[in-house]
Amino acid sequence: MIIQIKNLTKTYHRHDGAINAVDNLSLDIPRGAFVTITGASGSGKTTLLLMMGGLLRFTSGQMIYNDREINLRDEDELASFRSNHVGFVMQSFALVPYLTAVENIMLALNVKCSDKSKNRKRAIELLDWVGLDDRTTHYPKELSAGQQQRVAIARALANNPELLLADEPTGNLDPSLSEEILSILKEINQKHNTTIIMVTHSPKAADHGSLQIKLLKGKII
Amino acid sequence: MYLVLADLKNSGHVRLTELILKELWHRKSQLVSGLLAITLGIGVIVGIRSISVVSEKAVAVNLDNLGANILVLPQAASVDNYYSADIDAPTFPESYVEKILTSTLPGVENMSPKLTRRVKIGNHNIVLTGILPKSEIASKPLWQNGGLLGGHGGAGCAAKPGAEPAKYVDEKLQRKGIDSLSSSDCFVGSAVAQKLKVKQFDTLFLENKPFTIVKVLPETGTVDDDRVFANLHSVQQLLGTGQQVSAIEIMGCCSAISDNLLGKLRNILPDTRITTIGQIVSTQIETNRLMNKISLVFLIIIIFVGSISIGNYIWANVNERRKEIGILRMIGYHKRHVYYILVLKAIVMGFVGGTAGYIAGTFAAIWLAPQFVGIQVNPIYTLLLTSIAISITISVIGSLIPAYMAGKIEPFSNMQED
Repeated sequence: MIIQIKNLTKTYHRHDGAINAVDNLSLDIPRGAFVTITGASGSGKTTLLLMMGGLLRFTSGQMIYNDREINLRDEDELASFRSNHVGFVMQSFALVPYLTAVENIMLALNVKCSDKSKNRKRAIELLDWVGLDDRTTHYPKELSAGQQQRVAIARALANNPELLLADEPTGNLDPSLSEEILSILKEINQKHNTTIIMVTHSPKAADHGSLQIKLLKGKII
Repeated sequence: MYLVLADLKNSGHVRLTELILKELWHRKSQLVSGLLAITLGIGVIVGIRSISVVSEKAVAVNLDNLGANILVLPQAASVDNYYSADIDAPTFPESYVEKILTSTLPGVENMSPKLTRRVKIGNHNIVLTGILPKSEIASKPLWQNGGLLGGHGGAGCAAKPGAEPAKYVDEKLQRKGIDSLSSSDCFVGSAVAQKLKVKQFDTLFLENKPFTIVKVLPETGTVDDDRVFANLHSVQQLLGTGQQVSAIEIMGCCSAISDNLLGKLRNILPDTRITTIGQIVSTQIETNRLMNKISLVFLIIIIFVGSISIGNYIWANVNERRKEIGILRMIGYHKRHVYYILVLKAIVMGFVGGTAGYIAGTFAAIWLAPQFVGIQVNPIYTLLLTSIAISITISVIGSLIPAYMAGKIEPFSNMQED
């Protein structure tokens, strides 16, 4: 198993009381799986994804990554966990607007290696792999939505993560571009044995998953 | 600290620097408005300082017109003796002047040794004072205005920027120094001239020796109006005192007086009585203090306003960049990288703002000062470094709280939450 989740709970405290976005949830994710998480808005799917990516602290429970428990109290350990093991693909692409496509990818590479020429070479390779070798010096606003998402995928792969987390990666794309992005994710999963966990509203996209999870009020149904 | 820096280096701080510069360039208009406050603030400081340096010199010249401010008297003498010129007033060796001179004390701008005695001229009791003319004239701008020192500017600290040695003109040391008052010449105070009914080039008998009046001094409103001045060495010979003087008047820089110049003089001349002419010294010191305080008040205001302004700009910038900071945190950058990015940005802004402020303030001072204050201002190049240092300090202080708050931005800030 790449991830083992035991009795995970995330409670949000609001003015009108506490809400468990994820409620005593247990889950094992096998290495190399393509996991899709679906559910209605507010079902806790993104919260679960954030916690698995070390982006959000859970209230109680345990998360084991590669047989090692994640220490939520250590900020540096969480940051290192994210840079070394996880790649993220977001619905809104999450690209830095004043950096070119190649610079956005180099930004992620730069966390682990300060060799500029090596990073540039790797970033161009990744852009080539996602079919954007002719868009290296383009800024996000000069790219289409599909192209921006491909840059985001290339950035997510920059440090060869074992785990790729995608939050509604096709949410802002038309059906044909959605298929294109899904096929890239599928290729990553199959060629590199990268574990992919994808949150989606789309049943069609969810059908790509080797393990399909549906959430309702923070619980798996 | 080393570990943090080493970590930043391993994490490619060079790229973070590029990130800062690209972000600044990306938001140029915001950068301009952010820099405006600090540039104006530094410009005001530089402008005030550039003008005040010149005006301080002008004020110092005016203060120097008040004359000597330190008196060296024999141990047994009082300041009353100095003014009354008693016949039996004590004296001390003239060589004390050389003692002060060879000590090269900073702040001693001019020395006027003098021997003063009452003498009888006809039926009148007149005070005869032996002086070394150039030293005396240098210490008395009112005499200079009377034409006794043609083409020889003012005296004192302000008139001579840079450290010049104290002036003491002795025939043995510099013959030409007493050329203007030979052994048989004298100056006559305006009141004495009226009393004795004498004028320039008349002959005046002092202790039966003839002296030519080379100049009737202009009215000064001081005790000088009631005196006759002759060459110190002639007076010493005339009165049979040997190489003795009854006082040395010193024109000391008021900043040096504040810095224990009197104590240092007492160490050199332990058997004398050294005193200040209180009113003059206190006026000089108070004026300098006031000008320094005004500069300090401006500096404090600028630091306060500048820090708040930069803090406000960076705070707004942090809020606008919540998503970007979230992206950085999401892909593995640590909190300290976020601090580094914002503080380094503040340093870059401080550097640019300080430089721009220096240029703006200097040009404003050069352009405005002649029109409004009537003085000519030159650029003070050393202020550039000070401006940059102050500006960077202000910027960094202003950035600390926003940087700390930015570190609290969660790495999922760029994501949609369920």
